[in-house]
Amino acid sequence: MPQEWIYTVVFLAWLAGAAAFVIGLHQMNSPATARDGNRLSAGGMTIAVATTLLYLITREGGLSGIGLAIIVVGFAIGGGLGLYMARTVKMTAMPQLVSLFNAVGGGAAALVAIDDYLKVVGTAEESTVTALFVVLGVVIGCVTFSGSLIASGKLQGLIAGKPIMVPGGRLVTAALALAAVAGFLGLVLGAAGAIGIGVAVKQLVLFAIIAAGLLFGVTMVLPIGGADMPVVISLLNSFTGTAAAMAGFVISNPVLIIAGALVGASGGILTKLMADAMNRSIVNIVAGGFGGAEGTMGTVTGATQVREVGVDDAAIQLAYASSVIIVPGYGLAVAQAQHAVRELAEVLEARGVDVKYAIHPVAGRMPGHMNVLLAEANVPYPQLREMEDINPEFERCDVALVIGANDVTNPAARRPGTPVSGMPILDVDKAKSIVVIKRSMGRGYAGIDNELYGNPKTGMLFADAKEGLTALTAAVKQI
Amino acid sequence: MSPELLASLAIFALAILVGFEVISKVPATLHTPLMSGANSIHGIVLVGGMLIAATADGPLSYLLAFVAMVFGAANVVGGYVVTDRMLQMFKKKPAAAKAPSDGASSAADAA
Repeated sequence: MPQEWIYTVVFLAWLAGAAAFVIGLHQMNSPATARDGNRLSAGGMTIAVATTLLYLITREGGLSGIGLAIIVVGFAIGGGLGLYMARTVKMTAMPQLVSLFNAVGGGAAALVAIDDYLKVVGTAEESTVTALFVVLGVVIGCVTFSGSLIASGKLQGLIAGKPIMVPGGRLVTAALALAAVAGFLGLVLGAAGAIGIGVAVKQLVLFAIIAAGLLFGVTMVLPIGGADMPVVISLLNSFTGTAAAMAGFVISNPVLIIAGALVGASGGILTKLMADAMNRSIVNIVAGGFGGAEGTMGTVTGATQVREVGVDDAAIQLAYASSVIIVPGYGLAVAQAQHAVRELAEVLEARGVDVKYAIHPVAGRMPGHMNVLLAEANVPYPQLREMEDINPEFERCDVALVIGANDVTNPAARRPGTPVSGMPILDVDKAKSIVVIKRSMGRGYAGIDNELYGNPKTGMLFADAKEGLTALTAAVKQI
Repeated sequence: MSPELLASLAIFALAILVGFEVISKVPATLHTPLMSGANSIHGIVLVGGMLIAATADGPLSYLLAFVAMVFGAANVVGGYVVTDRMLQMFKKKPAAAKAPSDGASSAADAA
């Protein structure tokens, strides 16, 4: 019984891999153990993949030359590309890379399901259950594949970040969903023998389902605005996990089922956490078009009277302050000004100014992204303060320097009845004086005026985040 | 339904519950790395790609398996490496040692 013995060992190794995923994911809940957790998870993956290869080679009949070539060459190409992109990507471009990796993961899950179906269709192995999981895996995998590619393109700027509303787009989306459901019923009932359709028809139906899934992903993500992309990517990440689990059912593999279900569920929770931090519901985000017609109706107050401040004036305020709180936002991430802000902070500290950073949970391009960016620029970790922690300190601080952050500082959020109402904000308006570096009076994501800018304590410094910070640093050095 | 399928469903249900429990009290700082880490875990479809490659028996099958291998491998390798790069940044200690020397030079500039 050597075959059974080998399979038992491989099965146990898969189980060990799955355990490593769970423990690794758990360790990623805390900054102290996160890196070890990720490595543990990678170790589990290595074990699962290596023992699978061993199993395929040693089992009865062995592995054909072509099979081995596909595995080795495919792994080398895919792994090489992944490694290259992961090593060279700029930290500001990281969200779109994660989305790209998510897309190919979903694509792989769909391909596994498709391949299995094409093999079993018309044979005795074709069953209702197989058809059920195949269609689920194919639909979810295809939606994730195209949806994640669109999300990645939006963040990369290849596709306009603003919501793209096609006339009748919702109808098309609904029609595609309907087509997928019809195809689903066709294949499942066909497999059950309830309706008599031939193999060729079944294959055609499968291809129709693939097309519908791919198009659905596109029409689902296009109408969603760029700032919502993190939540969408997280949602699609959860989808990919589910697709992997479905593929696991199709090929009866426990490790795919466990890992897929694990990611499906944890990704769902993470999506909800992210949406909560932005005070949005997931349904609201997926419905899309925020900041368009329905978002703006509450509070268009017209031109807010603002006070402009020059670089030298702002530099003097900062240089003679005893405490400064820096509020970095999306604009800083886009301008890649994380190194420039660290330089300014160091120059100020050298003058004895106490500098802290107020990090809103959704600052940057993704929740937690700002911490990553500032850490990359060598900003000392203790200076980064979370919102609850820093909010009481604003009233004691001399200057709050807001860099490319908008909605997360809007005091209108404290009042009911505005699009940002109820969103947790940084209490920037309580600082003794406020300097805002911003490119223009353009509105933030919520599409409303920021009342902070009209505050008499606020001086607006109109500049690109990076250029503005570099100019300020030079000016402070001159004082 | 076959006993194997029922066992698989039980595993599926329990794994979903584990997934809900394993993430609940994460600081917002770690949301992005955590998402990226979970993203690499579903790269396990690579194993699925290997299994279909082993049973591939025609040109279409070869092609599907090959693309699945490339996709899965990019997901796994890229996912873990980029997550590690993100997490590495949270650990930088020498920053504290570096800051004063920079500060000293700018103080000298100011003087």
